[in-house]
Amino acid sequence: MPKDSVIGDGQKRREDKRFTTGKGKYTDDIILRHQTYAAFARSEVAHGRIRGIDTSAAESMPGVLAIFTGDDFVEVGGNPAGWLIHSRDGTPMTEPKRPVLAHGKVRHVGDAYAAVIAETPEQARDAAEAIVADIEDLPSIVKMADAVANSDNRVHDEVDSNICFDWGWVEDNRAAVDEAIKNAPHVTTLELVNNRLSPNPMEPRCSIGDYDTGTGDYTLYTTSQNPHLTRLLISAFVMGIPEHKLRVVAPDVGGGFGSKIYHYGEEALVLAASKKLGRPVKWTSSRSEAFLTDAHGRDHVTTIELATEKDGSFIAVRTETMANLGAYLSNFATATPTFLHGTLMAGNYTVPNVYVNVKGVFTNTVPVDAYRGAGRPEATYSLERVIDKCARELGIDPIEIRRRNYIKPDQFPYTTPVALEYDTGNYDAVMDKLEEIADLQGFDARRKESEANGKLRGLGIASYIEACGIAPSNLVGALGGRVGLYDAATVRVNPTGNVAVMVGAHSHGQGHETTFPQIVAERLGIPVENIEIVHGDTARIPFGMGTYGSRSLAVCGSAVVRATEKVIDKAKKIAAFMMESPDGEVEFDDGVFSLKGTNKNVPWGDVVLKAYIPHDFPIEMIEPGLEETAFYDPVNFTYPSGAYACEVEVDPATGKVEVKSFAAADDFGVVINPMIVEGQVHGGLAQGIGQALLEHAVYDADGQFMSASYMDYSMPRADDLPMYRVDHSALTPCTHNPLGVKGCGEAGAIGSPPALVNAVIDAIQHSGRTDVTHIDMPLTPARVWSALHDK
Amino acid sequence: MTKVSMTVNGKAVARDVEARRMLVDYLRQDLDLTGTHVGCDTSQCGACVVHVNGKAVKACTMLAAEAEGAKVTTIEGMASSDDDLHRLQVAFNDHHGLQCGFCTPGMIMSAAALLSENPTPSEAEIRHYLEGNICRCTGYHNIVKAVLAASGQDSAALAAE
Ligand code: FES
Ligand code: FES
Repeated sequence: MPKDSVIGDGQKRREDKRFTTGKGKYTDDIILRHQTYAAFARSEVAHGRIRGIDTSAAESMPGVLAIFTGDDFVEVGGNPAGWLIHSRDGTPMTEPKRPVLAHGKVRHVGDAYAAVIAETPEQARDAAEAIVADIEDLPSIVKMADAVANSDNRVHDEVDSNICFDWGWVEDNRAAVDEAIKNAPHVTTLELVNNRLSPNPMEPRCSIGDYDTGTGDYTLYTTSQNPHLTRLLISAFVMGIPEHKLRVVAPDVGGGFGSKIYHYGEEALVLAASKKLGRPVKWTSSRSEAFLTDAHGRDHVTTIELATEKDGSFIAVRTETMANLGAYLSNFATATPTFLHGTLMAGNYTVPNVYVNVKGVFTNTVPVDAYRGAGRPEATYSLERVIDKCARELGIDPIEIRRRNYIKPDQFPYTTPVALEYDTGNYDAVMDKLEEIADLQGFDARRKESEANGKLRGLGIASYIEACGIAPSNLVGALGGRVGLYDAATVRVNPTGNVAVMVGAHSHGQGHETTFPQIVAERLGIPVENIEIVHGDTARIPFGMGTYGSRSLAVCGSAVVRATEKVIDKAKKIAAFMMESPDGEVEFDDGVFSLKGTNKNVPWGDVVLKAYIPHDFPIEMIEPGLEETAFYDPVNFTYPSGAYACEVEVDPATGKVEVKSFAAADDFGVVINPMIVEGQVHGGLAQGIGQALLEHAVYDADGQFMSASYMDYSMPRADDLPMYRVDHSALTPCTHNPLGVKGCGEAGAIGSPPALVNAVIDAIQHSGRTDVTHIDMPLTPARVWSALHDK
Repeated sequence: MTKVSMTVNGKAVARDVEARRMLVDYLRQDLDLTGTHVGCDTSQCGACVVHVNGKAVKACTMLAAEAEGAKVTTIEGMASSDDDLHRLQVAFNDHHGLQCGFCTPGMIMSAAALLSENPTPSEAEIRHYLEGNICRCTGYHNIVKAVLAASGQDSAALAAE
C-alpha cells in the first residue's frame, strides 16, 4: 500500500462489523460463572442525617447473599479530587471525603447508603427496596446563591462553608482589568446560566468485580474511558488493593462524553463484595440510576463584562461565575470550572486584560464534572454571547467585530493574559471558509422566505478556541493537577511481520481501531489490515491516561508515532547487518530498507524475521525481538478553533425554534481520517444543539431531580436536528506534536450553543423586539414565547 | 416459572422463566443474544428493538410470555452469513452511521421495519420514523444517510445540503 494514501484517507471503520451484527462485547454482555448481582438502596431525600439502617427484612429475603452499608467502608479511603485548586487568598480548596457508601449523611437524591448482593438482579432489587433507612430530613441546599449565602446549613458538616474554592485567574490581572473596565468607552454586561446537563451515553454504567480466591487477584470489568486511572484511584486512594493485584478491563464501551472518566463507588463495592463472597458480583445501572448518579455537566451562573473601544476593539473581559460542584467532588470536578474554563476566556481574540473569578459551590445535587468540552463550552458560551450583544449595541456586524479582534496569523505563538500560549491558527481563514459553506450571501433571501411563511429567521455566528491534547504534565502539575497527562503505546512486531499496537487511549466510539493503524501503516509501509489495536485492559497495555479532552490522537497517537520510530530505528540496525554494512546508513521507505549509496535492500518482512531469528547479527549489540514502548508527554496544549453559523426559524405563535441549518468550519490541524472527524463534529453539534434547545437537568427547591428520565429530560432525537455542513480544510498543523493534529472530539459541543442562541436572539431582534437581549438555555418554546410576547 | 417457547432467528427455543421476565432479558440472559441492548427503563430509547412477527417492537416493554409462539428476529439474525450482511449493516458501515455502536442494533432493526413499510423514505420520513431510537454519538446525520443509501437512494445530495 502506498503510504501517501493512508493519512487523510476516510477509511471505513473496522470495528463496525461487530457492532452492526450484534457481536459487540459491552460490560453488561459479560456473564461470568456463578455471577451474583448487586443493587443499591439510594436516598430519596436530597439532604438527611442517617439515624439507622435496618437491613433485617432484606437479609432474610430469597437469594440474598450479603448486605453492605456505609459502616463497612469507614476504614477505606475516599474517592479523591484529581486537582488541588487554591483560592485567591492562597488557601487550598476544601476536600470533604467521598465515601463508597454514604455514611452519617445522605447528600443528594440517589446517594447510595446500602447495597445488596443476591443470586439474581431481581432478588437484589427486591431486597434493596426492603431496606429501611431512618433518615432525618435536613433542609436542602439547591440554589448556589443560597449555598454561598448560608454557611450554617452545609452539605459537609466538617468544612466551614459550602464554598470549595474562590479562584481568581489571573489574580495579578485583577486590578488592571478593573481599571480598564472603569475607563472603557463601552462596556457590555450579560448575566447567563449555563444549563445543567446529564451526559447520557446510551450504555448505562456497569461493573463486575471478580476476585480470584486462588491468586488473590482482583479483576474489574467496567464501563470506563480510562482503565489505568480507575485502577490507580481504586488502588492508591479508595481500596488499597495493590496495583499489581488489580486488573481493570474496559471492553466495548457505549459512549462516555466525560461521565465514564471518573471512578464511582459502585466499582469499589463490587470488588469488595466479590472478595467477601468469593464469587463475581455485577451491577448494571438502570437509566434512572444513571440520571441520579452519573456526574452531570455545566451548571454555571455567570456575569460577564466586555469592555471595548467605540470601534469594537476589545479592551478587557471580566467574569464572575458560580460553578456547581454537586454534593461531592468528582475526580476532575475542580479542574473543569477553573483551568479548563478560565484559561480560555480570551477566546480567539487579542484582548489585553482578562480576569476570571470562579467560586466552586457544594449543593445537594449529583456531583458535577467534565462533560464533552468541559469548561471550554462554558467559557465560549459566555464570551461569544457577550460579543454578540456588544456588536448589536455598537451596530457592528457580528462577523466583523470578531474579525476585527482576531489574533492574526503572524502573531503566533501568542500568549494570552490568561496564561496559555496558542501555537498556531488562522481564524480569518476559518471564518472565510464558514462564510462559504454556510452560504451567508443567501441569508437575506432565506429570511424573506421564512417571513413569507410567518416565521422569524435568525442567523447566529460564534467562534471558539479550545485547549485540547490534555496535557503537558509539568504545566498541569504547576496548576494543581495530581496526575501526569502523558500517554503510552507499545508497538509489538510479530515474527511474521504483522503488528499489535497497545494503546493507553480508550475507544468508546472514536474509531481508534481504524485511525491508529493508519498512522502506523503510513510509517511502516505495511497494509493497515496487518495492524491490530489493543486497548482497554490494564493487563495488556503498557499504561495510559485514557480518552477525554480530545487527547487520543494528539497525545496517545504521538506515543504511537514515537514507539513506531523506535521500532524503525532498531530494524535499521538489523538491516545494516543483513546488508553486511553494520555502520552503513540505512534508509527505510515504503516497507523496504536500503543501504544508502548502493543498490542493496531488504524488505520489512525479512528484517522482522531476522529480529526473532538472530543468527546473523551480534546479539551483544542488538537485542533480539522487535517491540518498543514510548511515553509521550506533550509540550503544550493543542488549540483547535472554529467558526460556526446557525440559522433558525422561530414560530412566533408557539415560540418553537427549528434549526434550519448548521455549518461548522474547524481547524483541527492535520486530519488522519476525515470520515471519523466529521462524525465527531456531527455528534458534538447534536449535543450542543441539545443543550441550547432541549436538555435541562432540573432540581426543585427540595432537591428532587425533576427531569430524571427520558420522559422529562429531552434528548435530541433524529427529527430535532438538521443535516450539518462541516469543513476542516482551513487548517494549520499543530506545531509541537509529530502528527500535527489538534483533536476534534469536543469542538461541536463547544461552538454550537452560542451560535444557536445568537441566532434566536437575531430572529427576535429582527422582528422588532430589540429589548430582548438574552434568553437562558434551553430555549424551550415557553421561554422563547415569553421573550417574544412579555412586555 | 413458566415455559416460554418461540422461534428466534429461525431457531425454535424454549426456556423456563419467571412470569415477569421481559423479552429483552429472555434474549440477553436466557439465550445469550446480547446484541439487543437496554438503554433505558421508560421505553424511550429504542436500543432494544427487535422484530416480533415482522413488526418492530421494544423488547424491554414486552413480556417474554407475550411472545409465546412468535417469530422473533434480533440483530444477530439480520445477516444471511458472516460475509453477506444485511444492506443496512453494510450502509451503516459505508456511511459511518455508528460510533460507540450501542444504539446501532436497535437503530438497524427500526430502520429495517421502516424500509419494509416504506421502501424509499424521504429524509423527513426517516427522521420521523427513527424518533423512538436515541443515538447520543452520531448526531443522526450519518444514520439518515445510511438509511437513504440502504434504500437505494442517493444520499450525496443530502450531505452537501
Ligand atoms: S431499553 Fe430503552 S426503549 Fe427499550
Ligand atoms: S453510536 Fe453511540 S449511541 Fe449511537
